[in-house]
Amino acid sequence: MPQDLSLDTVEELAHARVQDCYQCGKCSAGCPIVERMDNLPNQLLRLLQLGRIERAAASAAIWECVSCMTCTTRCPKAVDCAGLLDALRQLSIEHGFASPAQRRTILFQRAFLDNIRRNGRLAELELVRQFKMQGFLDDLSVPQLFKDALLGPQLLRRRKLHLRPRRVKDRKLVGRIFARCQANGEKP
Amino acid sequence: MARIGVFTCWCGENIARNVDVQSVAEQAAQLPGVRCSQTHKYMCSDPGQKLIRDTIAAERLDGVVIASCSPHMHLKTFRKAAEHADLNPYLVEMANVREQCSWVHSQRSRATAKAVDLIRVAVAKVRHNRALEPIQVPVTRKVLVVGGGVAGIQAALDIADSGVPVVLVEREPSIGGKMAGLSETFPTLDCSQCILTPRMVEVAQHPNITLHTCSEVEQVEGYVGNFRVTIRKQARYIDVDKCTGCGQCWNACPSKKTPSEFDYGLGKRTAIYTPFPQAVPARPVIDRDACLRLTKGRCGICVKKCQADAIRFDDQDELVSEDIGAIIVATGYQLYEIGKPDGQGRVTGYGEYGYGRYPDVISSLQFERLVSASGPTGGEIRRPSDGAVPKTVVFISCVGSRDNAKGLSYCSKICCMVNAKHTMLYKHKVHDGQAHVFYMDIRAGGKNYDEFVRRAIEQDGAHYHRGRVSKITQEDGRLIVRGVDTLAGEPLTIAADLVVLAAAMRPATGVEDLAQKVNVGYDEFGFLCESHPKLRPVETNAAGVFVCGACHGPKDIPESVTQASAAAAKVLLMFSRDRLYREPEIAHVQESACAGCFACRRSCPYHAIDPAEIRDRQGQLVRRVARVNPGLCMGCGTCVALCVSKSVDLEGFSEEQVYAMVESLR
Repeated sequence: MPQDLSLDTVEELAHARVQDCYQCGKCSAGCPIVERMDNLPNQLLRLLQLGRIERAAASAAIWECVSCMTCTTRCPKAVDCAGLLDALRQLSIEHGFASPAQRRTILFQRAFLDNIRRNGRLAELELVRQFKMQGFLDDLSVPQLFKDALLGPQLLRRRKLHLRPRRVKDRKLVGRIFARCQANGEKP
Repeated sequence: MARIGVFTCWCGENIARNVDVQSVAEQAAQLPGVRCSQTHKYMCSDPGQKLIRDTIAAERLDGVVIASCSPHMHLKTFRKAAEHADLNPYLVEMANVREQCSWVHSQRSRATAKAVDLIRVAVAKVRHNRALEPIQVPVTRKVLVVGGGVAGIQAALDIADSGVPVVLVEREPSIGGKMAGLSETFPTLDCSQCILTPRMVEVAQHPNITLHTCSEVEQVEGYVGNFRVTIRKQARYIDVDKCTGCGQCWNACPSKKTPSEFDYGLGKRTAIYTPFPQAVPARPVIDRDACLRLTKGRCGICVKKCQADAIRFDDQDELVSEDIGAIIVATGYQLYEIGKPDGQGRVTGYGEYGYGRYPDVISSLQFERLVSASGPTGGEIRRPSDGAVPKTVVFISCVGSRDNAKGLSYCSKICCMVNAKHTMLYKHKVHDGQAHVFYMDIRAGGKNYDEFVRRAIEQDGAHYHRGRVSKITQEDGRLIVRGVDTLAGEPLTIAADLVVLAAAMRPATGVEDLAQKVNVGYDEFGFLCESHPKLRPVETNAAGVFVCGACHGPKDIPESVTQASAAAAKVLLMFSRDRLYREPEIAHVQESACAGCFACRRSCPYHAIDPAEIRDRQGQLVRRVARVNPGLCMGCGTCVALCVSKSVDLEGFSEEQVYAMVESLR
């Protein structure tokens, strides 16, 4: 059951108050990937202030955010901008606003988390396999399937790709961390 | 037998709309002790007041209850009317049937019943009222002005010119304050020192002004009209009377490495120095922490150079006592500390702006010194790191101000104008330079102010960007300013040679201590509280203490001067009478019952309770009791509530009266 697209929902998900923002723009000024955003962080906040949740949640910029939290840290009004973008991503997934390109981002993030959940640390080959397969099933694009193949040797040479997955010993603990994170994310 | 008159007001429709005034008057007439009950459409009008006066005389009333608005509105009016009819004004009470009844209730019958109850309570009280006489206190016609900035100078001169003696206390070696260090002032761009220094000289030469520099208020005792103030004069190590201010000493002084306070650390000064050439008094002072003779026992070159024999290394701090009638606090402001070193090599506050780490990131007051002809660069704009003329300068607004997370929530009010002025001064000196301003809003309310900002943009070509700067880094000797222009919706990176931070205005250090000494309240930021934000803007809740200038809140020079003259006028008004009259509704100790526990003394917020000694005829001490100083007591009643032996009571609000009021509702 998707949550409704109201400002209250966004604020509740993010534990932040949108009206506190006075549009100084320090979030946009400090954002390291702002050049890639179609809407600047402060513009997203403004859309939320105007109640245009759908436009904000459908913005491509929310998928560019790397959650470095610089905006939240430097905000003079202590508005959790990164948290709000997180909430927008959640709503975007639930309502299916994401474009095909963004859907891949979501797929990657899901595959990544899934991988961590199972292994406790990243098993690169497993991640590549899962991400590429699910991506292919989603859009049936052959070029996308082989797009990053040439990176493989380079990654191997730099020891960024491990052929045998290394798992953490206490995987139950990882399970408990995931359980707790998800419990916190749920509505009280 | 009481003869009380009840006067119920319609207040046009204000009361009559929700309260049946006629019925109230009829019911009030039946209350015990009420002789007559009348109504009028506007009781505060002349005919209304005449009705009260005539009825008091005709019915020989010995108590009056006015049922109308809040006593804050018209108690004085009605008490004066009673006085004109030869009735003691303190036999008049008010029942607030407007703010506390008709305005807040909608059901007419119940509002009417409540109005009757309010009158019943007031009648019960007035039956126990005593005739009171106003308290008279003598006035010492002498004023203490604390702070010798432009506000303090203005207040001191206004008062001194009217013939009243003034004691001006300044912490620094010279008067002049922040304004003396400014280059030019907005919105006229007239030279700050050129307009201020004549006033400073006037202070020094005025026969009615006693000037204490390097001095602070140590202690304040007494009460309105009769303060006794102790001033600590720090050792100056100079005989001010002998010294001619020739300058031989500071030209010869070998200790030249102390950062100049007047130049905000941009320049250096000697250990014996005058802060700036036009200093008043034009006498040097020795910095006891920098002087080689005072720290290490060596040197003494100044003694050899001084032909007037004015150096006094054995000088000591001195305490001066003054009898004062009124105090004006004009302690001014300081800048918000932008980058605070936390002692572990890190900088908190605006760490991301690099103030204190990058020499070319400076505050707006430092920029004033860079532009000033008397500054460390002689008026040429050269950046501190390498002395190069900066070709791109970024000015950042709201550093500390309007920043809840790091600094202060309020707007410092002057920075928008300061920034506009700085861009102009910069452009006038560096013609091929480019000024950028990052701002959130432009607040240029004031005569010719907005025009001034537009001139900076339209004529002097300053680039204004709406947005905040997030971070400043240093690369190859340039400052990389990362900001945003939210109007264009684009991030913006500027490589600048100099960055000027318009830091917030904060009250001067130590203002809390002073406020506690003179019993004036201050807000969470340390700004002193006025008595009423609109109608009593220079008075404080401590009788006889006034505020003006930036110690009261962020303000610019014209406003500070206006407020200083207003404070001076209020002081002169107070001094226009030989004696002061105060409301007699104050606490009173029944000394025969007082056990001398002094719980009242410890709790009194006005320090109005003193211990008194009761002695027998032989002069032997019998016991100690509490005694209220009528000059200081504000009648708050805290002592009454705390007194275990029930020996303190409030005149005009006695326990007997309060119990009678409660009893009347049974």
